[in-house]
Amino acid sequence: MSVPKLEIAGLNKWYPGKRGPMHALADIDLKLADNEFVSLVGASGCGKSTLLSIVAGLQGFDKGVLLTDGAPIVGPGLDRGVVFQSYTLLPWLTAQENVEFALKAAGMSAGECRDIARAHIELVKLTRFADAYPSQLSGGMKQRVAIARALSYRPKMLLMDEPFGALDALTRHEMQELLTQIWEEHRLTVLFVTHDVEEAVYLSDRIIAMAIGPGRIHAEFHVGLSRPRNQDMIASSAFIALQKDVLAAIRAGSKDEKL
Amino acid sequence: MSSPVETSTSGRNALPHTRAGVGRPPGAFRIGSGLDGRTFLAIAIAVFAGLLVVWWAATTSGLVKPIFLPSPGTVWSRMLELSADGTLWKDASISVYRMLIGFALASLMAIPIGILIGCFRVWEAAIEPFVDFVRYMPVVAFVPLSILWAGTGDGQKFVIIWIGTFFQQVLMVMDNVKRVPPDFVGLGRTLGLSESKILARIVLPSALPGIWDTLRISLGWAWTWLVLAELVAATSGLGYRITVSQRYFQTQTIIGYILFLGILGLITDQSMKALERVLFRYQSRQ
Repeated sequence: MSVPKLEIAGLNKWYPGKRGPMHALADIDLKLADNEFVSLVGASGCGKSTLLSIVAGLQGFDKGVLLTDGAPIVGPGLDRGVVFQSYTLLPWLTAQENVEFALKAAGMSAGECRDIARAHIELVKLTRFADAYPSQLSGGMKQRVAIARALSYRPKMLLMDEPFGALDALTRHEMQELLTQIWEEHRLTVLFVTHDVEEAVYLSDRIIAMAIGPGRIHAEFHVGLSRPRNQDMIASSAFIALQKDVLAAIRAGSKDEKL
Repeated sequence: MSSPVETSTSGRNALPHTRAGVGRPPGAFRIGSGLDGRTFLAIAIAVFAGLLVVWWAATTSGLVKPIFLPSPGTVWSRMLELSADGTLWKDASISVYRMLIGFALASLMAIPIGILIGCFRVWEAAIEPFVDFVRYMPVVAFVPLSILWAGTGDGQKFVIIWIGTFFQQVLMVMDNVKRVPPDFVGLGRTLGLSESKILARIVLPSALPGIWDTLRISLGWAWTWLVLAELVAATSGLGYRITVSQRYFQTQTIIGYILFLGILGLITDQSMKALERVLFRYQSRQ
């Protein structure tokens, strides 16, 4: 078997608390194959966002192994693109300039920045709004720019932390469709955090359900649905059955052992 | 037939449930109800005009003696006189000069220090508690000391303005910097930017509109502290003229200068706001 794109083994994290350290993540073992789309689901407080943030290199951990392509992760880097729930578009830059900002950080020339940024703005279907400032864009549009930005510098892996959590249902569906389209065309390794089970089933190859107290992996589901995916599948019996199973796993994992 | 009250509520909040407004107080007394720009301006002007009329009536009717409060006409003609012989402009230019230098000194020091302690907890621990402590010392109490240290010249005016604005500015700039979303910094990290580049390319531009607002607010205080310093010990300036006029019972000059100071403050504030709209155009939705 080839080296996994992402390998997490025996990872533990504690947060300092008022009454001693709080065990945030306990013995996390997870492997992501190249081009795999994996979702992390679980009740709030299960540590799914913390785990993503650790993979992004934005937070440290206390024990365990964390590797991409077999090499240890020591901090944040351009090999992992991150999409935050809060859009994080810089308000003083236009949509186009926000993408260019990332490319410039990646060390590209001004000409390359312009061309690659334009291509990615087109990829997320925002060409008409390339020169608009974030304050003039809707939530969905902002998140599309953020996705374009994270894809633009070709990271090995895309890390998404509830990227569509703040969007209305209709826009969320549009964005899910856009993301599957991009993913199916470009084949990326994606680690996706969400609290929306339907979203997880629709997008993923594999779903990891986490439990709380301490945060740990509780159950794992392979999504057998064929690709390309489309919104009609949501009504299929296989989809609904899997959704029920995942939801049951989250429910079971949200009950604190000590209660 | 609809009453004016009903049209105003349904016109502003064009919600499907217009009946929900029934039984509620009329527009003017509903929390957060809107008002068009023209009406707003008309009300504001009417209040100014109304106060002017009250002032005029109280003085021309002989209700108030001119030595306590001269009529608007007397104040106006006195100001014209002082403007014609150049006194007003000489006083104003020296005061504006002092205010600008004092304010610039305070701002140029407060902005970098504020950014430093807003970004780094170690520097915050070293500086913030001390600044917070000094902030509560009344500026007025420093006036005698400032005269002892810096005499009665321009230097003493700078010192008073500096004491009055610098300590407040530092804390406000720190707050402006702290309000930069943590995810913005996270974004910079995931793009592999160094800490100094994150500071220059993300934190600074992000905090700039807030810092500008801090400058606008503290500019108003700088005016106050300048006049205070000039009232106590000066041989020129707007505050000095007010003190001298008190000695000769020239109430019309005092009132005129106070109003003039108000207008100067209003002009600086409005120019800062206008510049803000130009500098931070990206914040508007248009």
